[in-house]
Amino acid sequence: MSNSGNGKSSANKALTGAVMVVGGGIAGMQASLDLANQGFQVYLVEAQSAIGGKMAQLDKTFPTNDCAMCTISPKLVETGRHPNIQVLTNSEVLDVSGQAGNFSVRVSRKPRYVDPSKCVACGDCAAVCPVIIPDHFNEGLSTRGAIFKLYPQAVPNAYAIEKRGIAPCRDACPAGQRAQGYIALIRKGRWADALRVIKMDNPFPGICGRICNHRCESACNRGQVDEPINIRALKRFVTDKVYAEPRQPPEPAVVKFKQRVAIIGAGPCGLTAAKDLALAGYAVTVFEAMPVAGGMLRLGVPEYRLPTAIIEREVQDIIDLGIDLRLNHRIDDLGRLFDEGFDSVLIAVGAHEGIRLPIPGANLEGVLVNTHFLRDVRLGKYTNGQLEDEALGKRVLVLGGGNVAIDCARSAVRLGREVQLACLETRAEMPAHPWEVEAAEAEGVILHPGRTFERILGDAAGQVQGVACMRAASFSFDERGRLHVEKTPDSEHVIDCDTVIFSVGQRAGLAFIPEDANVGLTEKQTIAINPNTLATSRPGVFAAGDCISGTAFVIEAVDRGHSAAQSILRYLQGEAMEPPAKPELPVVHLSAQEIEERIENGEIKRQPRVPMPELPVERRIDNFMEVEGGYDDESAQEEAARCLACGVCSECMSCVFACGRDAINHDEAGKIESIPVGAVILAPGYQIYNAHLSQEFGLGRFPNVVTSLEYERMLSASGPTGGHVQRISDQGRPRRIAFLQCVGSRDQSHDYCSSVCCMYAAKEAIMTIEHARAETRDGKGDGDVSCEVFFMDTRAFSKGYEEYYRRAESKYGVKYTRCRLSDIKENPQNNNLIVRYASPYQGQAGLVEAEFDLVVLSVGMEISESVKNLGSRLGVELDDYGFCHTTLFDPLQTSRPGIFAAGPFREPKDIPETVMEASGAAAGAAKLLAPARYTLAIEQEYPPERRVEEEPRIGVFVCHCGSNIGGYLDVPGVAEYAAALPGVVHAEDNLYTCSQDTIAHIIEQVKSLDLNRVVVASCTPMTHEPLFQDALRQAGLNPYLFEMANIRNQCSWVHSSDWDKATEKARVLVRMAASRAARLQPLHTSVVAVEPAALVLGGGAAGMTAALNLAGQGFQVHLVERESRLGGNLNLVRYFIPSVQINASEKIDGQGADVSPQAYLARLVAQVEAEPRILVHLNTELLETQGFKGNFSSTLRQKASTEGGQSHSYKVKHGVVLVATGGVEYKGQEYGYGQDPRIVTQLEFEALLADPQTTPDSMRSVVMIQCVGPAEKFCSRLCCTTALKNALKLKEMAPQTDVTILYRDIRTYGFKERLYTAARSAGVRFVHFEFERKPEVALERHAGSTPELSVRVWEPILGGELKLKPDLLVLSTPVVPPQGTRELASRLKLPVDMDGFFLEAHVKLRPVDFSAEGVFMAGMAHYPKFLDESIAQAQAAASRAANILSQKTMQTNARVAVVDPQKCVGCLTCVRICPYDVPRVSQEFIGAGSVLGAAYIEPAVCHGCGSCAAECPAQAIQLCHYTDVQTLTKVDAMFNLLEIAGERSAQ
Amino acid sequence: MSKTFEPEIVAFCCRYCAYAAADLAGSMRLEYPASIKVVELPCSGKLDVLYVLRAFEDGADGVMVAG
Repeated sequence: MSNSGNGKSSANKALTGAVMVVGGGIAGMQASLDLANQGFQVYLVEAQSAIGGKMAQLDKTFPTNDCAMCTISPKLVETGRHPNIQVLTNSEVLDVSGQAGNFSVRVSRKPRYVDPSKCVACGDCAAVCPVIIPDHFNEGLSTRGAIFKLYPQAVPNAYAIEKRGIAPCRDACPAGQRAQGYIALIRKGRWADALRVIKMDNPFPGICGRICNHRCESACNRGQVDEPINIRALKRFVTDKVYAEPRQPPEPAVVKFKQRVAIIGAGPCGLTAAKDLALAGYAVTVFEAMPVAGGMLRLGVPEYRLPTAIIEREVQDIIDLGIDLRLNHRIDDLGRLFDEGFDSVLIAVGAHEGIRLPIPGANLEGVLVNTHFLRDVRLGKYTNGQLEDEALGKRVLVLGGGNVAIDCARSAVRLGREVQLACLETRAEMPAHPWEVEAAEAEGVILHPGRTFERILGDAAGQVQGVACMRAASFSFDERGRLHVEKTPDSEHVIDCDTVIFSVGQRAGLAFIPEDANVGLTEKQTIAINPNTLATSRPGVFAAGDCISGTAFVIEAVDRGHSAAQSILRYLQGEAMEPPAKPELPVVHLSAQEIEERIENGEIKRQPRVPMPELPVERRIDNFMEVEGGYDDESAQEEAARCLACGVCSECMSCVFACGRDAINHDEAGKIESIPVGAVILAPGYQIYNAHLSQEFGLGRFPNVVTSLEYERMLSASGPTGGHVQRISDQGRPRRIAFLQCVGSRDQSHDYCSSVCCMYAAKEAIMTIEHARAETRDGKGDGDVSCEVFFMDTRAFSKGYEEYYRRAESKYGVKYTRCRLSDIKENPQNNNLIVRYASPYQGQAGLVEAEFDLVVLSVGMEISESVKNLGSRLGVELDDYGFCHTTLFDPLQTSRPGIFAAGPFREPKDIPETVMEASGAAAGAAKLLAPARYTLAIEQEYPPERRVEEEPRIGVFVCHCGSNIGGYLDVPGVAEYAAALPGVVHAEDNLYTCSQDTIAHIIEQVKSLDLNRVVVASCTPMTHEPLFQDALRQAGLNPYLFEMANIRNQCSWVHSSDWDKATEKARVLVRMAASRAARLQPLHTSVVAVEPAALVLGGGAAGMTAALNLAGQGFQVHLVERESRLGGNLNLVRYFIPSVQINASEKIDGQGADVSPQAYLARLVAQVEAEPRILVHLNTELLETQGFKGNFSSTLRQKASTEGGQSHSYKVKHGVVLVATGGVEYKGQEYGYGQDPRIVTQLEFEALLADPQTTPDSMRSVVMIQCVGPAEKFCSRLCCTTALKNALKLKEMAPQTDVTILYRDIRTYGFKERLYTAARSAGVRFVHFEFERKPEVALERHAGSTPELSVRVWEPILGGELKLKPDLLVLSTPVVPPQGTRELASRLKLPVDMDGFFLEAHVKLRPVDFSAEGVFMAGMAHYPKFLDESIAQAQAAASRAANILSQKTMQTNARVAVVDPQKCVGCLTCVRICPYDVPRVSQEFIGAGSVLGAAYIEPAVCHGCGSCAAECPAQAIQLCHYTDVQTLTKVDAMFNLLEIAGERSAQ
Repeated sequence: MSKTFEPEIVAFCCRYCAYAAADLAGSMRLEYPASIKVVELPCSGKLDVLYVLRAFEDGADGVMVAG
């Protein structure tokens, strides 16, 4: 039978041996590693670009002050490179279909835009990214670019690009100009890069910088703040700036194809297409009828708006690509182009034919059309002021109200004419840009708006005299585009003039398209095209630009040119003609609210446009000089700095140019994948409370109020301030720091405690003082810093926490003030913060006012909106705050079978509980999917290993890492140097040694050159050693014949300013590596079979839960219980915490309301007894355990079943040990316990409550005293909640009863806070005391009567002593380790802490492991805890155990210590020094001098730290791979003593 | 020849902490003298007093042990 207990429903269908873990924080990583190590395929889904979660942001962890990053870093690396964990970053789970065992999860995989398999994290890209945005990882205390690595140690160790969407400026631009990109580059003063960005989308930046209608500016989000960015002026500025430098002609494009393209028309559309086609590798010929190129730009736009020099330059930049431009070459016959051998033709002839209205006199002498007039002006036909010009009279009248009409009028002004302009539209409706109309008026043009043109009057000679007009009352166009005008009656009048210029439209001249050309025309005499492809009806002929659309702006011509080129490319390459649909990013429209927030945060400062100089009117009307000046450098950069960087990434492509690995793809599209998995684990974590919502504390308003997470980042050595605490207002060092507790916890909108804030505040205060002390030691400060914590109750409820908190107070002088502050004020003079408070607990009367330099808000935990949405999408039950609802008995199982939850997503909690739950959730998934183990997990296969016995033949590969090493030291020189080193037979340099092709090359070199050692000089072995070792295995070499020289992280990156010294050091490092490589030996591991059984010590809730889980996974379990029945402490529990106040109702098997502890226990025992794989050993104790992880053998002794009978001992074999021996309630003599039956413990009180014989009369007044006996030293975690539970039970039974609880801190962490609230509203009284002034219990004996029980306690708020006379005194005594714990610990060689509880391997990250491998713990043996916590930890222990039991065999570590018995004198030094208790002196070996007994180190359990080898006085121990010779040769090689090294090592 | 004395320093570093910290210094581009060279150990407990003596014997001006 291989199926598990849960497998019944899915017995017929194969289970999917994969699990999806959602959330890449510490919980997600732990769950993933457990499952992957147990033979499941894991998909780890993370929303950010790297895993690590919140813990990666923390500085230190309490209570050990370990560096948070140092402790998670190994887990990060292990997760990142585990072959059975696929890390899906930038991803989000959309939904889950199917059922437990066989789910299908849809995952949205958002683009990262950087290929992590190519990225080497060199940072070249980030160095050139011009975008500046707040770095959220540093909580906005620093900035970063749009391309970024989440944090320096991020896994995957790769960059990512943040794109919010398309900036509205780019979206509004027909050609998609990356305005945000070049603006950002202008801000940085990178003019040439900025122009490169512009030119990627637009070959005419100088032109557009002058005459574009800049729709980008209308769309600009900045307009909502004050004024849009002056984008056009910036474009012009940067063009002018670059064009002022000597011109560098572009490299001609390489012609790659035989096909040729003809383009008719050298205007902006035709030339844009010509450029694109030339760059794509086609030969392009452009035919232009006019003597100059540039089209309408050159011939239609007046010089004063667009200087000829700019046009010529930008046209030349295109022509120089190798385009064949034929001027004065009018095409008469389209068909002939094909005969001449062109394969495709683009018609881009523009709209150069001006239109004359068909009114009388339209053909008189002196009537001109706009296009011809402007062209003649541009070609120099007219001379300024020379009125004898026949064609242009003194008085000019322009007919028309568009921009071209204004151009005509303003040009005529510059020719010294009197100019009038008449148009049909009213002044306000004129189609010309208002600023153009204003400029024309300012230059003296007289406007006649609202006129019809009736006829043109001429004199006898046929010369124009004037135009007869009428006033237009209104006009409209009908459906067919025909004009209807309502004229004002009797309004005819004449406007006198000598010349009339029609400017009422223009069209293309299409005479060159003969009827038989197969190119269809439209009704309006334009070319008929497919609007998507721009293809005409004749294959190979395309048309674009003004000749299709009528006059449009140059930027549209550019856009059409690009599109035409794309179509022609597809045509020539035989692809489908329709353009492929491109996934579009959303356009970023900033909401008014967001803008307001960003202004409030100080991210945006109101600042109008930087003004631009303009030529005064009097200097511009008699010449064609440019009217607009331009920005100077400073004003351009100032204007550019106003950009809001809407899209985040501006797609400026700087990173693409900088990346040497071709790793960046801005066109990467997101995708949705469906992934089959058997189970899902949700570990999405929490977000910190947004303290901006608590306005009274001033976050955002007062610069020197920060959140605790900001403070963590400041404390972090790798954070934005390099570990220095600073005031935000002036970067000064704060000397008085206040910590405010419960911000976003235990308040009106949060009825829970966030569980961690008290401890992290203590830690942050300690670290602050530590930093100040260190600075004093270094002579950098005076150590003057003080920390004050304002709190209600200090919740130091876990292992070592109480002691830590006390240490903060006593050793570091942190001041604890018990009060809740209501608000903070700022001293405007110095930005200091002022608080006022009363604190009777400290014996202070009245209000106190204090001023602080910095205030830290200890923000609580919340569930983010996105996680709430995820929960509802997945159909798991959440509470009102979004926390995942689970039950007391199955705390990690969500409401949807097969979906598990772990970490703060269930309830606010600290790291150890989170890690326990992660492993526990993994156990839940593993139990469900046990039959599918190893069905999807993969195993790598390698060729057989070749024997290495010959002399060293070392190959050295020196990496440039792009420019990361090569840019700072002489890489080829180092390789050349390496080639001459002893033993080296080959050395070479590679651009990127870790790239796939180079790895393949190394494998090839090893084989072909017969290399037997490999040295790679590149980055760090921490990340890359496994990769290269794998290459060696693929080449048939033992992986231990590899050595790395770290010439990047520890050389080029840290000595970047000194080429020679960096080069010299790199040589030394390579020399050291080569010398060690020569002495490396192949190492082999041995394989040990695993006994698939567990020994579980302790038959309480934890032991039974762990046993059931392991049995459910298919493993044999020996469950050993000292007592005669199962159940442990649970036998004594009468009531659960009233669940209604904590959670929704608890259920067993989905039925029934609240369940009693005894019912639950009975059920659990029944399950254990029914499970065939669990063998229960009652009345049994462990005598002895031998062996190691995977292979233990234990001797058990069963007590005699009958009085006087024989006990008997026997052996069991097992692969793991689980210690779940529980705890017991302390019973001492404190507070008169034992002297009177009315003084009881909480458990005894609970029994009284449950006893039907008990009458409420016997307890009308009850006093409880917290923190009794040993609990003065450590917090027993349960007692506060238990006291409240029992107080509420009593209040429920007898509401009139007086209950008074004497407490130090009420430690109802998490949702248990609700119980505290309920107790207060039920009328339970609370009196605070300190240990210095403990309550006093007295039994006053009066003759003949019962002694009077009294409790006296100091009441701090009243400021006096209370004397209570209770009927019953209940002592909240702590849970302590049961008798025999220390004995058991010594039998198993396990450590215990000062309070007698078993000591875990690491208090944060290995909370169920012992440092001895293969041994785990759960429940109260570890520390006092609640039932649900014990269950979670028991499941976690089962998961950790399954990591071993699920392996058929285990490979021993190869890097282990080995004893040479012939040198061993059996002195026991190694036995004493080993932190893992591995070495033992055994009589099986003969030691030095043939004396019996020598040390033996079991390789299966050796951790390879080498401490024994270092300490062995006889040097009888060597650590494999780190032998003394191997290490010393490196030291010798450092000093270039290689030859001597050989001799000396032989000593 | 440079007049300023730059001591040759051998740094014995635990692979899991100090060596990783030296890598991090690189990621953060913190400059320090090139005359410091790191020898990686599996644990600072592996440091044999002999290593320190050998370093001085070979010509080191200073030895740093970090872990």
